[in-house]
Amino acid sequence: MTSVKALMQPHRIVMMLIFAALVVWCALSLRWDWIPQYAPLALEGLWTTIWILAVSTFLGFLLAVPLGLAQAIGPWYLSIPARTFCTIIRGTPLLLQIWLLYYGLGSLFPQFPWIRGSELWPYLRQAWPYAVLALTLSYAGYEGEVMRGAFSGVAKGQLEAAKSFGMPRFTMFRRIWLPQAVRNVLPTLGGETILQLKATPLVATITVVDIYAVSSRVRSDTFIVYEPLLLLALVYLVIAGLIALAFRRFEQG
Amino acid sequence: MTGLLELLGLGASAELLSLSGWGGNLLRGLVNSLQIAFGAFGMGLVIGLFGAYGKLYGGKVTRDLLAIYTTVIRAVPELVLILILYYVGSDIINKISAAMGGGRVEINGVAAGIWVLGVVQGAYATEVLRGAIKAVPTGQIEAAKSYGMPAFMIMRRVTIPAMMSFAVPGLANLWLIATKDTALLAVVGFNELTLETRQAASSTRAYFTFFLAAGALYLMVTLCSGVVFARIEKWARRGQPSLKGGTA
Repeated sequence: MTSVKALMQPHRIVMMLIFAALVVWCALSLRWDWIPQYAPLALEGLWTTIWILAVSTFLGFLLAVPLGLAQAIGPWYLSIPARTFCTIIRGTPLLLQIWLLYYGLGSLFPQFPWIRGSELWPYLRQAWPYAVLALTLSYAGYEGEVMRGAFSGVAKGQLEAAKSFGMPRFTMFRRIWLPQAVRNVLPTLGGETILQLKATPLVATITVVDIYAVSSRVRSDTFIVYEPLLLLALVYLVIAGLIALAFRRFEQG
Repeated sequence: MTGLLELLGLGASAELLSLSGWGGNLLRGLVNSLQIAFGAFGMGLVIGLFGAYGKLYGGKVTRDLLAIYTTVIRAVPELVLILILYYVGSDIINKISAAMGGGRVEINGVAAGIWVLGVVQGAYATEVLRGAIKAVPTGQIEAAKSYGMPAFMIMRRVTIPAMMSFAVPGLANLWLIATKDTALLAVVGFNELTLETRQAASSTRAYFTFFLAAGALYLMVTLCSGVVFARIEKWARRGQPSLKGGTA
């Protein structure tokens, strides 16, 4: 964190004044009268963004652990599929993956009567399951690669020590291997989570109403271009800052 | 060949993907995507080089401004930046054109894409190149200075060749990001690979065929780039002892 003293240099004070003037100018001369009307929708959109981010990072991480493990120590019939999965996910644009799942699966499912009759059908007709699935797979693909490095980075002596204590393999994994791997990889995970946040607006292209979709709707309803976009950028900046702060806490704690 | 495809039940897909069918559109989209990616990567490199020099050797104000640039660009989703930069760019061009007495200008999709993604890439490239320049031993640059080399010549003859080996892995990553980010331009309506794919898919209803084909094209670009960048890295490291041991 920058201290107050570092901010109190003459050129920074001037820059802050210019910035403050810019903010005041934005507040006064740009149009913000649409905010009250769209505020409830924007809050809903914000909530959608945040829960999609949280759910997909959580599930993605759960999937990344076996992917990383398979690549680090798995036999070839596990490591090759895991590596292929990571390469494909990392080698193609997320937008394409989202559209493949949404339009592809979305056009495939209705052809099977037993899917249409199942209890899952009301969910499968909506867009968000595909959004969550695509984002989860994407996060798992990137994180699987990171976890591979993390698992192979844990010192061998630690694992040998655990083994010589007669620890069962699963306990060893749970108590020694995973915690150390996760700790080593926390700074990277923070960065990857911010990347995931930046990927969430893509779900707006398949009709999920997140905060980005709300700003697009404001733009198309009122023809106000810059104000919603600036506010949107600010919202993402704040969320990214909060994620960075949270991970710094984790690392120290 | 055709018989084999029929046998696998892929005859219909092959026909859809043939060059006279929608396959030609896909390839055109790929060419557009690659053009934009090349341009944006190049523009990003130029911005990144100046940005890195500014961050390392610039005055206080330059450094703070560059810090704001890299932080903001890297924290805001590319999609939002693309929209903002797209509208700002077309507004500025139209204002200039109006001031010069012209009418509304139709903006070339490829140029707009390069401008938008180039500014985004510039922020990432600044960080990559800054790290690489910092990894060059100061003694080498000081030695060049003491020979009386002008600043630009130091950059060309000492700093850039010496930092290459540190910069290439990061730049390879940036190039991959550039190729994948071109897909985002589909949202603004540029006819790059992803949008062409979607148009082809929605008019033929063969979603899996086209999206998988486009995925294969992207994957091919990624894998080929990997090979090329491995070569470049080997070239940039020439003469340096290998970290793994063995042959240098």
